[in-house]
Amino acid sequence: MAEALLAIDDLRVQFDRGEDEVFAVNGVSFSIAEGEALGIVGESGSGKSVTLMSALGLIRENGKIMAGTAKFQGHDLLKMRPRQLEDIRGRDIGVIFQDPMTSLNPVMRIGDQIMESMLTHQYAGRREAFERTLQLLHEMGIPEPKARFRNYPHEFSGGMRQRIMIAIALACEPQLLIADEPTTALDVTVQMQILALLQEQRRKKQMSIAMITHDFGVATNFCDRIIVLYAGQIMEMADTRQFLRQPAHPYTMGLKNSIIEIGQRDRQLSPIPGMAPTLTEPPKSCSFASRCPLATERCRLELPALREISPNHHVACHRAEEVLAHAI
Amino acid sequence: MPSSPLLQVEEVSKRFRVQGRELHAVEKVSFQLDAGKTMGLVGESGSGKSTLGRLVLRLLDANEGRIVFNGQDITKLSPKQMRPLRRDMQIIFQDPQASMSPRMTIGAAIEDAMAIHNIGTKAERQKRVDELLERVGLPTVVKYAFPHELSGGQLQRVGIARALSLNPKLVICDEPISALDVSIQVQVIQLLQELQKDFNLTYIFISHNLAVVEYLSDQVAVLYLGEVVAQGPAEELFATPTHPYTQVLLQSILKMPEDTDKRQALTSIQGEIPSPFNPPSGCTFHPRCPFATDVCRQKKPERKLVGSQHSVTCHLAN
Ligand SMILES: Nc1ncnc2c1ncn2[C@@H]1O[C@H](COP(=O)(O)OP(=O)(O)OP(=O)(O)O)[C@@H](O)[C@H]1O
Ligand SMILES: Nc1ncnc2c1ncn2[C@@H]1O[C@H](COP(=O)(O)OP(=O)(O)O)[C@@H](O)[C@H]1O
Ligand code: SF4
Ligand code: SF4
Ligand SMILES: [Mg+2]
Ligand SMILES: [Mg+2]
Repeated sequence: MAEALLAIDDLRVQFDRGEDEVFAVNGVSFSIAEGEALGIVGESGSGKSVTLMSALGLIRENGKIMAGTAKFQGHDLLKMRPRQLEDIRGRDIGVIFQDPMTSLNPVMRIGDQIMESMLTHQYAGRREAFERTLQLLHEMGIPEPKARFRNYPHEFSGGMRQRIMIAIALACEPQLLIADEPTTALDVTVQMQILALLQEQRRKKQMSIAMITHDFGVATNFCDRIIVLYAGQIMEMADTRQFLRQPAHPYTMGLKNSIIEIGQRDRQLSPIPGMAPTLTEPPKSCSFASRCPLATERCRLELPALREISPNHHVACHRAEEVLAHAI
Repeated sequence: MPSSPLLQVEEVSKRFRVQGRELHAVEKVSFQLDAGKTMGLVGESGSGKSTLGRLVLRLLDANEGRIVFNGQDITKLSPKQMRPLRRDMQIIFQDPQASMSPRMTIGAAIEDAMAIHNIGTKAERQKRVDELLERVGLPTVVKYAFPHELSGGQLQRVGIARALSLNPKLVICDEPISALDVSIQVQVIQLLQELQKDFNLTYIFISHNLAVVEYLSDQVAVLYLGEVVAQGPAEELFATPTHPYTQVLLQSILKMPEDTDKRQALTSIQGEIPSPFNPPSGCTFHPRCPFATDVCRQKKPERKLVGSQHSVTCHLAN
C-alpha cells in the first residue's frame, strides 16, 4: 500500500461559544496517500473545513483540539510549534480557500503575493522566484503574465482570482494541496477550467489533493476516494468506484438521490426530511437517526462505529449490511 | 381565443452608466409567460438574469421596451401607480437573511409585509402568519425567533412565506436555492412546486443550476452578455441544445458518472466572459465559440426558430 502522506487519527475539535459548546469534529480518522486525490463531501456545518484547517492550525481561537493526531510524513502537526507549522504550511502543504478575496491581500500586487510565498519559505531567490511567478501565471492560464504581475486582486474576475490563489498554493511545489471548496462560488464553465488545471498539476507533480466539496459531481469525477461527513463524523469512506456503484450508508444514498440531473423533468422528488442536528452535545447515538428512513430503536441508543464492511469500504451504520444486501 | 399571457416582456433593454461608460446589462429581451407557468433564466454570472428580474418588477427602469403585466402596460407607471400592483409581484432572494431586519421577529417580518399593504386586521394578519408558516413547513413557534436563530433552509422558507402573504400572482425566484445544501434544496424545490399548483403561481426562476431550472421550468431563456441567445420549452432546449453556448453550458456540468470508467474528461471552454463595457463585435459569443467563423466576427446573428417554439440567435442555425 502507498504510504500515508497525511494520517489523521481520532481528531476531536470543539468550539466555545460562551453560553454553549459546538462539537464540530467528533473522532475523525482517515489518511491521504501519496499522489491520491481524496474527496471530502458533506453538507455545510458537517465539519469538512474544521477537520483539515484544525490540522493546519488555522481555526479560530475559540476552537480547541480535544484529542487526536495529524501526522504529516510521520510528524504530528498538532504537536508542532507555530513557527514549525507555518514553515510546512505554504511549502509542503498548499491551501486554497473558497473565497479568494478574503485570502488575497487587496493592496499588494498579485505577482508580489506569489513571489512572497517562495521567498518566505526560502524556496527560491528573488530572480528565480520572479521567473517562476511568470511561469506559474502562464500555467494558470492568465494571459500576459508580465503585465498582470503588476495588477491588484480587484482587477481580476472571480475565476482569475481563484487561479492566482492556486498559483500561490502551488508556488513551492507542495506534496499536499488542500482545496476547500475551490469552485463553489464559480460558474460551471470556470469550475471546469479550474478543475482541469488542478488535475494537470496533480499529474505533473504527483501531488496529493484533499478536495473539500459539497458537490458529488465534482468529487466523483475528480477524486480517487471519497469521505462523507455528517455532524462531525465520517459516515462512509470508500473508493469512488464503490461509492458510485453501491454506497452502504442511508445518508449517502439520500444525498445521491437529492441530486437533480438534466433530463429528469418527470422525476418524483424524495427529499431527506428534516435538517442536520445542532452540535451542542457530543453524539451518543446515530446522528442521522432523526432523518433516516431505516432508523430503529438501536440507532437512537447506540453510536454506530465506523466499520470496514468490505476491503476499503468503511461505513458507520448499524444496518449497513442490510442496506447493501437489499440495496434499499 | 387564447387568454392573454400574465406577463409580456417586449424588446426590453437596460444600460447602466458606470464611470461615464455604458454597460449593456440587458439587451432587447422578449418573452411571454402564461399564468401558472415557470420561466427559467440561466447564464453565467453577470449575464443579466437578476437585472431582467428587477426590470420586470419595475425595481429598475428599462431604457427601451415594454412590460405588460396582467394586460396592463406597466413600463411607465409611477411608483404610486405601481403600489397596488406590488402585491401581485413578489421576489425571493438567494440570501433571505440580507432582506430581513435582524431585530424583527420572523412573525413581525411576515406581518409587516401585509400591514404595509393594509391587508386585514392585526388579529387576521397574526392568524395568517400561523397559516403561512405551517404551509411552508415550519412550526408556528418560529414566529418568535429572530433571523440569526434559523438555518439557511428555514430562512428561505420564511422568505417564501413572506412573499406568499400578499397572495401574489408572479414570484421572481432569484437563486432561491443556491446557498442551500442539496438535501435542503430538494425540500425547497418541492415546496415551490406545491405552492405553484395550489395557488396557480407564475414563476420566473433564476439559477446557475441548469438541471434544477430544467426540472422546474416550462420555458427557459439562456442569457449571454445581456442577450437571450436561446429560448424555448425546457425539455427541448436541453435535449437538443442547438445554440453553441447552450451546448457549452451543458458540457460544463459535472454529472455523477455511473462508474469510474465513465468519468467526464475535464476539458472546457477557453476564455472568460468578455467585459460588458465593450462587448465583442458580431455575435458576442464568438471569442469563445468553437464554431465561430468570419461571419460571426462581423455580423450580428438574428433570432431563428429551430423548433415550434425553440429559437436561437446563431448564424449556424437553420
Ligand atoms: N446597479 C448597477 N450598476 C452598474 N452595473 C450593474 C448594476 N447592476 C448590475 N450591473 C451589471 O449588469 C450586468 C448584469 O448583472 P446581473 O446582476 O443582472 O447578472 P446576473 O446574471 O444576475 O449574475 P449573477 O449570476 O452573478 O447573479 C453585470 O455586468 C453587472 O455588473
Ligand atoms: N469559530 C467557530 N465558532 C463556533 N463554531 C464554529 C466555528 N467554526 C466552525 N464552527 C462550527 O463547526 C461546525 C463545522 O464547521 P465547518 O467545518 O466550517 O463546516 P463545513 O466546512 O463542513 O461547512 C459547524 O457547526 C460550525 O458552525
Ligand atoms: S445507524 Fe440506523 S439511523 Fe443511523 S444511518 Fe444506520 S440505519 Fe439509519
Ligand atoms: S453565431 Fe457564430 S460565434 Fe455565434 S454562436 Fe453561432 S457559430 Fe458561434
Ligand atoms: Mg467549509
Ligand atoms: Mg444575479
